[in-house]
Amino acid sequence: MSIIAIEKIVKKYGNFTAVDGISFEVKEGETFGLLGPNGAGKTTTIKMLTTLLPPSHGSARVAGFDVVKEQNDVRKNIGIVFQDPSLDEDLTGLENLQFHAILYKIPKEKRDRKIAEVLKLVELEDKADTLVRNYSGGMKRRLEIGRGLIHEPRVLFLDEPTVGLDPQTRRHIWDYIKKLATAGNITLILTTHYIEEADYLCDRVAFVDHGRIVALDTPQALKDKLGGDVISVNVKKGLEVLYKALKATRWIKSVSRHDDFLELNVMEGEKRIPGIITMANKHGAEIGAISLHKPSLEDVFLQYTGKTIREEEGNWKDSFRAMRMSRNR
Amino acid sequence: MDYNAIYVLWLRDMKRFLRARSRIIGMLMMPVFFLLGLGFGLGSLVNLSSGVSYFDFIVPGIVGMSLLFTSIFTGSAVLWDRQFGFLKEILVTPNSRTSVVIGRIAGGATTAILQSILVVAISLIAGFHMNLTAATPLALLFMALIAATFISLGLTLGSMINDFQGFQLVTSFFTMPLFFLSDSIFPSSALPSYVRFITYLNPLTYGVDGIRGALVGGNAFPLWLDLVAMAISTAILVAIAAYAFSKTQAG
Repeated sequence: MSIIAIEKIVKKYGNFTAVDGISFEVKEGETFGLLGPNGAGKTTTIKMLTTLLPPSHGSARVAGFDVVKEQNDVRKNIGIVFQDPSLDEDLTGLENLQFHAILYKIPKEKRDRKIAEVLKLVELEDKADTLVRNYSGGMKRRLEIGRGLIHEPRVLFLDEPTVGLDPQTRRHIWDYIKKLATAGNITLILTTHYIEEADYLCDRVAFVDHGRIVALDTPQALKDKLGGDVISVNVKKGLEVLYKALKATRWIKSVSRHDDFLELNVMEGEKRIPGIITMANKHGAEIGAISLHKPSLEDVFLQYTGKTIREEEGNWKDSFRAMRMSRNR
Repeated sequence: MDYNAIYVLWLRDMKRFLRARSRIIGMLMMPVFFLLGLGFGLGSLVNLSSGVSYFDFIVPGIVGMSLLFTSIFTGSAVLWDRQFGFLKEILVTPNSRTSVVIGRIAGGATTAILQSILVVAISLIAGFHMNLTAATPLALLFMALIAATFISLGLTLGSMINDFQGFQLVTSFFTMPLFFLSDSIFPSSALPSYVRFITYLNPLTYGVDGIRGALVGGNAFPLWLDLVAMAISTAILVAIAAYAFSKTQAG
């Protein structure tokens, strides 16, 4: 059974449609990613699934409960790590966790055990009694992930879990998330605009652009849709012969020539490289270099939307920041 | 009603209050200046018909002022929590919003009353004559009702207004008239009748009069009337705050 089922969910702000009829299902225990540029509607979708925002149209069920009609039941079954920090900085890490546990009505005995458990998981045992205002960005994130797990939610939402962190800390957070995904039967929903993050962590990924899902599949299947890997071969001698031979080979989808390079389209490129070398030897051709390019999710995103996530990012971030600033002023 | 949520929010305010010593002192400065400036300065020129000395008259008024300012300020905690994201953390937990409001009021009222007790203690040192009678605990009840009323007002404004400057503007629009038209620093009997009418609509009038009646005497209304008026205003404003907070968004 699906732990999350969303049907044609829409969120409008006046004339602006932030989420434009998104539907998908998530299986229990899955790690599911919403990937897209900033402002694509990922956070709005998460807010609707976590009962923070009512949808304008459509419906969604989380852990079997309707996000509008059964809010309290939904809330009992979910944990959230928000995009922006949501800790009380005037309290210690331990107090933040204790308060969270009490808010979820966890009895004292279990509370202490769970807190010790998550502190160990996110490696903050020796920082437990430090005020959160003295934590680094990475430590705050880890505390928030730990906090989201205390009440043993069936679904954990992670909204841009590594945004604003340095690469090393990001890697660290990924390890925690990976550990969670493999350890329990918890379902993880994460949003990100980092390609590598979605690729590394998610079982399935949905591309979100302008409030719609443009593609949804496993990262591998999405990449395979591009027609596999590209191998480029630098040929020093016998280019013509090799070109003809490769063209006649069944497992090579297409071959093209650029100066003294041959570009081949194949599946599972790394396994085909020895075969290409053997073939070159047989036809007396001399190879200078071979390189393999595996398509990234970025290439897939480009294919579906006609633009890369990064070029989108600039525009959106700027207008988004400007919007937030004017609101906070 | 989710008592766990009420308890946590109260406990949070206690911890924050005890850690912010500088804020406690800062919050005491204004009442102390008013007390000394008005109590001694103005007091030497004033003779009250009730026979109570002006200094003794004004202490309950200053306590009321300190409760009013602290309480409305407490409402701004919603804005801070929205700004720092903690509001979201509270709003996604399976607790009713009314419990969150009550917890906020419980925490804010406790800190406001603690501050008022400090103001009374300072006044005692400065020469305040207080009757220690069976009615003294009644003064604490009045303080609690004043705090609950105006924290609710602060929460209502904090739930509806999203930016700090707007909040400040609106609260100063409320606090000054509430303070001056409340029997706090002069008896409203001195006012022309068309202004006096406004003081009768101001909850702070009854709260301060109640504290005054319980601590020094010379109250303008019977204590039961003060109590009923404060109970009604508290009930109405808590209900409004609960409604406003239920409509607020996490930001």
